[in-house]
Amino acid sequence: MSNTRPLLEVRNLRVEFPTRRGTLVALDDVSFDIHPGEVLGVVGESGAGKSMTGAAIIGLLEPPGRIAAGSISLAGRRIDNLPYKEMRTVRGREIGAIFQDPLTTLNPLYTVGRQLVETMTTHLPLNPAQARKKAIEWLELVGIPAAAQRIDSYPHEFSGGMRQRVVIALALCAEPKLIVADEPTTALDVSIQAQVIALLKTLAREKGTSMMLVTHDMGVIAETADRVAVMYAGRIAEIGAVRQVVKHPAHPYTIGLMGSIPPISHRMDRLLQIEGAMPRLSAIPKGCAYNPRCPRVFDRCRGERPELLDAGDTRAACWLYDRADKDAAHAVAESGYGEVRHA
Amino acid sequence: MFAFIVSRVLQALPVMLAVALISFAMFAYVGDPVAIMLGQDYTQAQREALIRDLGLDQPFFVQFAKFVGNALQGEFGLSYRLSRPVLDLIAERAPATLELALTAAFLALLVGVPMGIYTGLYRNSWLSRFFLTFSLIGVSLPTFLIGILLILTFSVWLGWLPSFGRGDTVKLGWWSTGYLTWGGIKALILPSITLGLFQMTLIMRLVRAEMLEVLRTDYIKFARARGLTNRAVNFGHALKNTLVPVITITGLQLGAIIAFAIVTETVFQWPGMGLLFIQSVGAADIPVMAAYLLLIAALFVTINLIVDLLYFAVDPRLRVGGGKGGH
Repeated sequence: MSNTRPLLEVRNLRVEFPTRRGTLVALDDVSFDIHPGEVLGVVGESGAGKSMTGAAIIGLLEPPGRIAAGSISLAGRRIDNLPYKEMRTVRGREIGAIFQDPLTTLNPLYTVGRQLVETMTTHLPLNPAQARKKAIEWLELVGIPAAAQRIDSYPHEFSGGMRQRVVIALALCAEPKLIVADEPTTALDVSIQAQVIALLKTLAREKGTSMMLVTHDMGVIAETADRVAVMYAGRIAEIGAVRQVVKHPAHPYTIGLMGSIPPISHRMDRLLQIEGAMPRLSAIPKGCAYNPRCPRVFDRCRGERPELLDAGDTRAACWLYDRADKDAAHAVAESGYGEVRHA
Repeated sequence: MFAFIVSRVLQALPVMLAVALISFAMFAYVGDPVAIMLGQDYTQAQREALIRDLGLDQPFFVQFAKFVGNALQGEFGLSYRLSRPVLDLIAERAPATLELALTAAFLALLVGVPMGIYTGLYRNSWLSRFFLTFSLIGVSLPTFLIGILLILTFSVWLGWLPSFGRGDTVKLGWWSTGYLTWGGIKALILPSITLGLFQMTLIMRLVRAEMLEVLRTDYIKFARARGLTNRAVNFGHALKNTLVPVITITGLQLGAIIAFAIVTETVFQWPGMGLLFIQSVGAADIPVMAAYLLLIAALFVTINLIVDLLYFAVDPRLRVGGGKGGH
């Protein structure tokens, strides 16, 4: 994977919201890659910037939010500064999106067939009759029973889980290279969640589609993603292969997150709990944003903000892993940056 | 669908009956039609004879039953003032009012909806701000003032348009229309603007508010995320979702336009039902007033029914029996 060119390259992304009381920085210096066929999980608490990152990638930040710095490239082409009309041909065709709540994502006044057909005829060289045939195929593919009849049903005639399947079909029907799935199972019953995630995973694998899976459910990530990025207060706290992040988390925040998942294998009297709450965007502390809650905080954390550093098998934004503290290692750490970057 | 219509018609019956009772009560309690009909000099015997002729000596509910029975047969009696059948009077005047009201409603929709869409989509443009300011005038200026100002400008100063009346009309059977002559159309312009301006600004503000609401929804965001064209998103997806409330209000307002054309008709001396009603009020011409009230009530009931039926056409969620289910 590391020897191919990344499909999506996000570099030093900064998203700002100008408000009456100054500018809020919602995302700050966020960098990551997604490789072809790879599933990147993005986890974090509400307001950590997970969904914001997804919205920035598909170019649908809620105004007045805007990309203030950095770049987003898809297959080597910058897409963060495209004019609206060109970005429109990227959305749906090259990047598909799945939203959180299937009950509100579909237009209630049109049949699911019409919504599929209009998406396909917009992006693909198909006439409406051909698109309709493909729409039925897609509905079958996402597991809608009796697709040929159900194609003329309205969204309200489907259950939540079925609607999310329709949304998945809509996101995939123009065969994009990347799917941005923003909490695709949060609004569903637990029993349905697993089905939808399994479907998403299978389809992505079959079509070779890359996926950015935004969720706050570590279980979903562990099961689905290849790599995971843990976000905290608008920055990436830790990023690495799922197995490593889950088994050997490096950042104290990730360690806290993993500790707050109840293990099934043995009984635990009390779950680990992270003290306090994530800071509001208007009151992000100086230095490392996690320092007021961090059990391993030391002086440097309160003054300087850490960048992503090598931390064993993952990369973590934490001074604990700074080899520069030992003078001689400084140069090595610096040169090591580029090499390990896409590992 | 048929069952729905039947049930709505049945629901409308008590409404109509209530309106009939109120209109009828006017016969009994408002003014003294006998005194007005007899004039200044009459004998007690004449008076009693007339009261007997009109059936006013009978108990209230007997009179009411007779009134309803007659009304059902389209018989509203004679106008006290003009001594002609009320129905003929109204049939004569109805085309003028209906043509005025329809023109005004059409104008309001044709201008109001696009202005609403524009101000909803381009919230911060200077043109939107101008429309909104302009709409404040429409909402806040009283109708008669607008009418008088229009007459002053276009009839008195500029002399482009007539200041009163229907102009030339053409008879199509019993229906007299102003649409077919240049003079008739010219005469329609000022009154229909006067009558439609409030509705236009109301519709504009409603469409704008609904557009702003709908544009924030997830399915619009999702439609954009699917890469649909702006045109498809704004007009295909957003506008259609604003239609239900717009249809409701427009329907009710159409009723209001017809019912409250009275002021406009008075300002422009428009020979419609409103003017007839005002003149009847002046003369305590109760049969005309009662018939007019009943007619307007019937109109509202009909429009409401049509509005309900339009909902079904627009919103599939309301269509019952359309294959409920899923998993």
